[in-house]
Amino acid sequence: MTAPIDTAVAEKVPRSNTELLALYRQMRRVRTFEERVGELFVRGQSAGSMLHLSIGEESAAVGVASLMRDGDTFTTHHRGHGIFLARGADPNRMMAEIGGKEEGYCRGKGGSMHIADMGLGHLGANAIVGGGIPAVVGAGLASKREGRGAVSIAFFGDGAMQQGILYESMNMAALWDLPVIFVCINNQYGMGTRIEQATKGRALHERGLAFGLNSETVDGLDVRDVRAAAGRIIDGARGGTPGFLAVECYRFFGHARMDKSPYRTPEDEEQGRAKDPVGFARKALVESGESSEADLDALDAEIAQEMDATIDFTVAAREPALQTMFRDVYAPGEPEPESVAARIDRILAGD
Amino acid sequence: MAEMTYRDALKQALRDAMAEDDTVMVIGEEVGRYGGAYGVTKGLYEEFGPDRLIDTPISEPAIVGAAVGAAMSGLRPVAELMYVDFIGMTMDQLGNQAAKIRYMFGGQVGVPMVLRTQGGTGRSAGAQHSQSLEAYVMHTPGLRLVMPATVSDAYHLLRQSLKQPDPVVFIEHKALYTMKEDVDLAAPAPEWGKARVHRTGDDLVIVTYSRQLHHVLAAAEAMARKGVQATVIDLRSLNPLDFDTVRTHVERVGRVMVVSEGVMTAGVGAELSARIHEECFDFLAEPVIRVCGEDIPISVSVELEKNSVPTAAFIQTAGEKLVGLRTAA
Repeated sequence: MTAPIDTAVAEKVPRSNTELLALYRQMRRVRTFEERVGELFVRGQSAGSMLHLSIGEESAAVGVASLMRDGDTFTTHHRGHGIFLARGADPNRMMAEIGGKEEGYCRGKGGSMHIADMGLGHLGANAIVGGGIPAVVGAGLASKREGRGAVSIAFFGDGAMQQGILYESMNMAALWDLPVIFVCINNQYGMGTRIEQATKGRALHERGLAFGLNSETVDGLDVRDVRAAAGRIIDGARGGTPGFLAVECYRFFGHARMDKSPYRTPEDEEQGRAKDPVGFARKALVESGESSEADLDALDAEIAQEMDATIDFTVAAREPALQTMFRDVYAPGEPEPESVAARIDRILAGD
Repeated sequence: MAEMTYRDALKQALRDAMAEDDTVMVIGEEVGRYGGAYGVTKGLYEEFGPDRLIDTPISEPAIVGAAVGAAMSGLRPVAELMYVDFIGMTMDQLGNQAAKIRYMFGGQVGVPMVLRTQGGTGRSAGAQHSQSLEAYVMHTPGLRLVMPATVSDAYHLLRQSLKQPDPVVFIEHKALYTMKEDVDLAAPAPEWGKARVHRTGDDLVIVTYSRQLHHVLAAAEAMARKGVQATVIDLRSLNPLDFDTVRTHVERVGRVMVVSEGVMTAGVGAELSARIHEECFDFLAEPVIRVCGEDIPISVSVELEKNSVPTAAFIQTAGEKLVGLRTAA
C-alpha cells in the first residue's frame, strides 16, 4: 500500500518536455472538443440539453488515459467526454453520438451520457451517479482469469463518493485482488452542491486506504503529476493490487449546459479557474523553452480545425431510421417488440 | 427417468452448464462454501473451486453490477440474489444497466448473465422474504423473465437461460425446492419461451406460472370431479411471453382466469388480463378474472400468510363462480 502522494515522490518521476507536449496536445483536444459540444448545443444540433462539460478536468482524463493499454477497459460517468477522447476515440463519431446521429458510436441511441465503444474498451458512460462503478469489478474478474494484466478503471466524480455502490465495489476489488482502479475526478461540485456541503471526509484517498487499496490524492493542476500518480496506481493494479486515485480539479462551468451556476460567485469561479491544467502545461512548455508561443498557437489552430470538423460531420450525419427504434432491445435474431401502433391496428383489424 | 427434487435439478443444471462452458461462474452471497441459502449450489464449490463459485460480501447491488461487467467481458455469470425481496436494492444495476446496455450502446454488446433468485410464500418468512416481485422485472424491457414450476423445467429452463444472449431473471419458488418428480434430463428440452398446456378442458382456461401451477392443477382436479373441465396453461416464462398459446385456448373456451401469487394491482395478472381483453375481446363470454395475491404485505402468521395468496380451494371456488355465471346467463 503506498502512502498518499507526497511531493518528494512526485519529484522523482522524470519529466520529459516531449511527453508534456503530447499531454498538452491531448488536453487541448479535450478542451476544444468540449467547447464545440457547447456550440453544438447553442446551434440546436445536440440531441438534448444533457451535456456535461469536463473543462477544467483535462489533466485527470489525459493523465490517466495516457497510461492505458490495449485490452484495458473502463467505465465513465456523465462527464466523461474527455476520458473517451483521451483514450483514442474518434471525435467525429463522438460528436455525432452527442447529436443523436446514426454515425455516432451508439447509432444515436446513447448520446453524451451512454457513449461506449467495445473496441477501445469503453464499457460505457453512465447517467446514474456511481452506476458504472461495479462493472469494473466484473471486468476485473474476467481480466484476472485471463492473466494478461489488463486493468479496468472506473472514472467518476466527487458526487459518487457518497454512493454506497462505490464502497461495495472497492471492497470486492480489494478482497479479490483485482486489477481494478477507481478514479475520482473531484471537480468540487455534485451538480450545485459543493463537496464541503456533501461530506466531512474530504481526504478522499483515505477511503481507499480504509479498504486496502493503493490510494493517492493528486492535484490536477500539473498533468505530469497526475500521470505520475496514475502510473503508480495503475502499475499496482496490473500486479494485482487495486487502487484509488482522487484528482483535485475545478469544474469551470455549470453542471450542464443550462446551469449558470447561481450557487457560486464570479469570484469563486475566477479563483477556481486559476487551476487550469491546460494553461499551466502551456506556460510550462514555453518557460522551459520546449515550445514557442507560435508553435503552440499553430498546434491549437490545428486542433480547432479538427474539432470544427466534428460539428460539420454531425450536422451532415443522418438521423437513425425510425425502424431502428425497436432494434437491440434484445439480441439480433430475437423478435423485436411490437409497436403500439401495430398492436392497435392488429386488435382492431378483426372488427 | 429418475426421481429428483427441484433443488437438485437446479444444481444439476448449474453443474452441467459449468462443466460444458468454463466461462460460467456463480457469484453471490453464501453460494460457495455454504452451498446456497436454500442449498442449490451445495457441493459445486468442492467440484469447481473458488474461482467458479465466488462467495461475496453482503453487497447485492455490486453482485449484480459485477455480473454485468463480467458478462460484458466474455464471462457468463450466474448472480444469485438470496431473496427476490432484495431486488429493489439492485434495480439500478438490473434495470438501468443490464437491461439497457445493448440498446443504449447501439447493439455493440450484450449482457448474457442470469440472475437466479427465489420468491413467494410458504415458509412464514414475513413481509420482506416472501414476496412475488416478478412484475418489477416484467415491466423492464430488455430483461428475460423465467419462473419454473416443475422439476423438469427447473433443469431445462436454467440450462436454456444460460445460453441466452440477453440478461435473464430466473425466479425460483421457495416452496418448491423439496418437490420431487420423475424426470429424464436427457429428454429433449422444451422449446424456449413456449407455455405448457397441462390439461385441456372446455369450460374455462386458467393461466398461471410458478408454484401456483400446483394449486391450479389441484383446483382443476377438484372441479373435474364436479364436471367442470379446465384448461391449465403454465406460462413458464413471462418474457418471452407465449401469448399465442393463451389466445388459442381463450378463443376456444371464452372464460379465463389468471392465477398469480403476486399482488393484484398493476401485476402480471393485470397485464395478462389487459392483453386477453384487447386481443380476445370478441371471444370472451365473461370478463377475465384475476386470482392474485391480496394487495397487502405478507404476514408471518401461517394462517394469514396462506390466505394472502391464492389457495387451491380459493381457485376452485373462483373457477366455479366463473363457470356458474356463464351458465346462469
